[in-house]
Parts: sequence; C-alpha cells; structure tokens
Amino acid sequence: MTGSPAVTAPAGGPVAGAPAGPRPRRRRGVPQAVLGLVGLLILVLLVEILPRIGVLPREYFPPSSEIGSALGDLVGTTEFWTAVGDTLQGWAIGLAIASVAGVVLGILIGSSRFTREFTASTIEFLRPIPSVALIPIAVLLFGVAIESKLMLVVYAAFWQVLIQVLYGVQDVDPVAQDTARAYGLGRWARVRYLTWPTALPYVMTGLRLAAAVALILAVTAELVIGNPGLGKLLASAQSSGAYPTTYAIVVVTGILGVLVNLVFRAVERYSLSWHPSQRGEIPV
Amino acid sequence: MSVLRRLGLTFGLPIILLAAWWFASADSTDFFFPPLSEILTALKEEWFGPRLLDDVVPSVLRLLAGYAVAIVIAVSLGVLIGTSRTVRGMLEPVLEFFRAIPPPVLVPIFILLFGIGDGMKVIVIAFGCMWPILLNTVEGVRAVDSVLSDTARVYRITGSARLRKLVLPSASPQIYAGLRQGLSVAIILMVISELFAASNGLGFAVVQAQRSFAIPETWAGMLMLGLLGFLLAMLFKVVENRQLAWYHGLRRAQRSS
Repeated sequence: MTGSPAVTAPAGGPVAGAPAGPRPRRRRGVPQAVLGLVGLLILVLLVEILPRIGVLPREYFPPSSEIGSALGDLVGTTEFWTAVGDTLQGWAIGLAIASVAGVVLGILIGSSRFTREFTASTIEFLRPIPSVALIPIAVLLFGVAIESKLMLVVYAAFWQVLIQVLYGVQDVDPVAQDTARAYGLGRWARVRYLTWPTALPYVMTGLRLAAAVALILAVTAELVIGNPGLGKLLASAQSSGAYPTTYAIVVVTGILGVLVNLVFRAVERYSLSWHPSQRGEIPV
Repeated sequence: MSVLRRLGLTFGLPIILLAAWWFASADSTDFFFPPLSEILTALKEEWFGPRLLDDVVPSVLRLLAGYAVAIVIAVSLGVLIGTSRTVRGMLEPVLEFFRAIPPPVLVPIFILLFGIGDGMKVIVIAFGCMWPILLNTVEGVRAVDSVLSDTARVYRITGSARLRKLVLPSASPQIYAGLRQGLSVAIILMVISELFAASNGLGFAVVQAQRSFAIPETWAGMLMLGLLGFLLAMLFKVVENRQLAWYHGLRRAQRSS
C-alpha cells in the first residue's frame, strides 16, 4: 500500500499539494518517473514492432502508430466525448448512490454488536454474488436505460464501501468511546466526532476500491447491455471492423481507470493529511 | 443457549428475507417478478438437472483453468519483478495501466485474436485476473522484512531455498489478497466471455433464458450464479485460513500484546 503512492507521486503530487511532501519525494521520484517512462516507451515500441514483423497478427493487432492515429481521430469527434460523458455520468451517479448507502448502512449496522452479528451471514452471502449476475434482470426491467447500468454499478460498488465502513466502525477505541460517553456526548456527536474520524481511512479505501469497480461495471454494462457510452462505442467499432479504433477505446478506458485511481489517491491523501498513516509517509 | 443464539444470529435474517420474498411474491402476477416457488422449481429442475453437466460444469472448468494459468504466470512474474528495483520501476506504470483497463473490454479484442472457442475464454479469464495477483505479489515481495532478508543472506540462503522459505511465505498474505480479488474478476469474466460467443455455459444459458423471456429460469440462473460465487468464496476462505493460519495467529498475538 505504502509503495504505490510513492510510484504514482510524480503525477499525483501536485494535485495533493502536501506542503512538506514534494522536496524529499522529488529527489527519489525523478529516477522512478524516468524508469516508468522508459517502461511505457518500451511497451509502445513493442506494440509497434511485433505486429509489423508478424509476431502478432497485423490484421487484428494494429501497431501502436495506427492505434495512436485512431485515437487522434477519435478525440476529434463529438461522438467520443458524448460517450465519455455517458460513461462518467453512470459511474458518478452509481458511485454516489453506493457510497452514501454504504456509509449510512455501514455506520448503522456497525455501531451495534447485535446488528453486526445479525447481518453478518447475509452480507457474507450477498457480497460474493457477481454483479454481472444481475445483467439479465436489469435488461428485462430497464432495457438500455441508464437504470440498468446504475443497477450493476451500485451493486458492485456498494459492497466495497460497506465492508470497509464496517471494519472502520469496529475500530473505534473503546477508551475514547467511554470518554465521549462520560463527557455526555450524544449519539450523533459520538458518530460525528469519534466514529467518523476513526472510520474515515477505511471509508477512503472503500471509496477508492469502489470507484475502480464502478468504472469497470459501467463500461461492462455498456458493452454487454448496450447502454450508451464507451463500452457501446467499443462494441460497435469492433463489429464494424475498425480495429485500430477498438484498441484506441481500450486504451482510453485504461487511461480513465488510471486517472480515477490517481484522483482518489489524491483525495485520500488530502482528506487524511492529519492521519498518522499519511503523515508517516513524508519523512520516509 | 449460546448455540441457539448463534444459530438465530446466523440464520435469522436470511430466513426473514426469504420468507418476505416468498410471501410477497406468492400471488404475484407481475410478469417480471414470478413467485419464489416457481423460481425454486426452475432452479431445481433446470439448473440442478441437465444443465448442471451441460452448462455449469464447462463454465467452472474454464474458470478454474484460467485462474490456475493466471496464478502461475502472475506469481512467477511477480517474484521476478518484485526482486529488482529497476525492473519494478520500469514496469509499474505499465502494470497499473493494464490493471486499470476494465477486463471485460478485452473480450471483443480477444475474440478477434483467438476466435470464439474455449481457449479464448480461458485466456480472457487468465489475462483479466492476472493483474491484481501480479501487482500484489510484486508489492509483497518488495516488502519482505529487511532483517529477515539480511539474515538469510548472512546464512547464505539463496536461490530456491530463499524463494521457498523466505520470499514466498512472507509475501503470501499479500498474494492471497491478490488471489481473492482475482477470483471475483475471474467469475465476472467467466460470465462475460460467455455472453458474447458461446454454445454452453452459465452465462450463455442465463442470457438465453432472458432473451426467450423465460423469467423464472432467468431468476433461477441468477440464483445459481450467486450460489457459485458464494461457494467459490467459501472454498477460497477455507484454503486461505489453512495456508495463512500462521499469519493470522501472528497478527492476533501482536494485537493482544
């Protein structure tokens, strides 16, 4: 866990804007970033050369220059940006619903021992159910309307948040809990000043995981169900034989995934700048 | 008394929910929400009948094959990448990128490259669930305790002994975390790969039922998928608890001290 933020720091650093962070990090970060760039360059070169010399089937695996120019063409079309907008819209709405539901239910269930034990078996059963199992019923109920996409996104993202919040709420220091009670803090004040700050690191982890899963499910829904968005664009590019465009869209989904990850890492660092787990990173 | 209490806590809510579903849907005439009794009949007759061998077994076999391939490749690559700082620095952004690609979008591309047979599905599953395992292995290998590592070096423990006695055990909690993520990706890809092009399999059969508006069968298929996901997760937990018993014990001891 602690290793990956250091790796992504060159790109994520300026966003986080931690005042003490950049100086010690940059000294270590530059060679790391250069290495990373070299790695990416090698990948691009391999994808360029392998199809050209026939190791990979040229017909179905275009070299990176063709993928690049297809990407360039794609970025110029409004169709593409509408698709990106549709995907991000489904992702954002779904993630928002799942996060609110996960946090509220997590705090409600987690703050009493009875509700925790009473719901444990049901949660254990429902959680591993793959969200793609919902596809048929989502299609029957909603067709290609955004609700079917949301259904998949919310189901998948909800568990990520809920589980983390449940862990987090249980982590409350019993001494602090008793102290708060002794000082006459009410139920709401305890949630606000004790449970929430304790659970926040877990909530952030849950949100980051949920954001990644939500993006996967949004694109999957578009691909399989046919809701408008990047997934649908990809399916139609593939079936019309526009293979470089197909690959370009895959690259775009990957970039989106990386961006989502970076943004949520930055949010995590920013909102937890007071927390020992984050403060500890700076002097390293 | 405490046994009774535990039974009540474990089965209370599931029974309440199932009963609620049963009675709420008992007289349902809504086309999309058939009575639970009909769904269960469909589950028993279709899914635990002929389809168990025709559809469920091939799906599970492809899943296991893909998962196994992914584990072998990802763990060995992960150990190699994790031990060298330079290689790790070079590959980390590339790996992060591959992990960030939603695995299902690879299905249309792999259909182009590998056709629509079983091989394609196994490759899709393996390719998709490889990344979480790989990245976690790299992370676990990187984080091997430096004192242990130096001690091993002082005692001239190198090569395969070092790998088996030091690197793999100390990375195993991380590797298992990756394996767990990989398993859920594998189940998703098992279903998705069958939605595009297949002649058998769970995903194929469920979508077939949905397209022909066989609603109880569709619901039953979803239950079947849920059961499969649940069973695999349970199985995984059993294996993990056995393999990582030393680690959980260590954590407990550290926490109570």
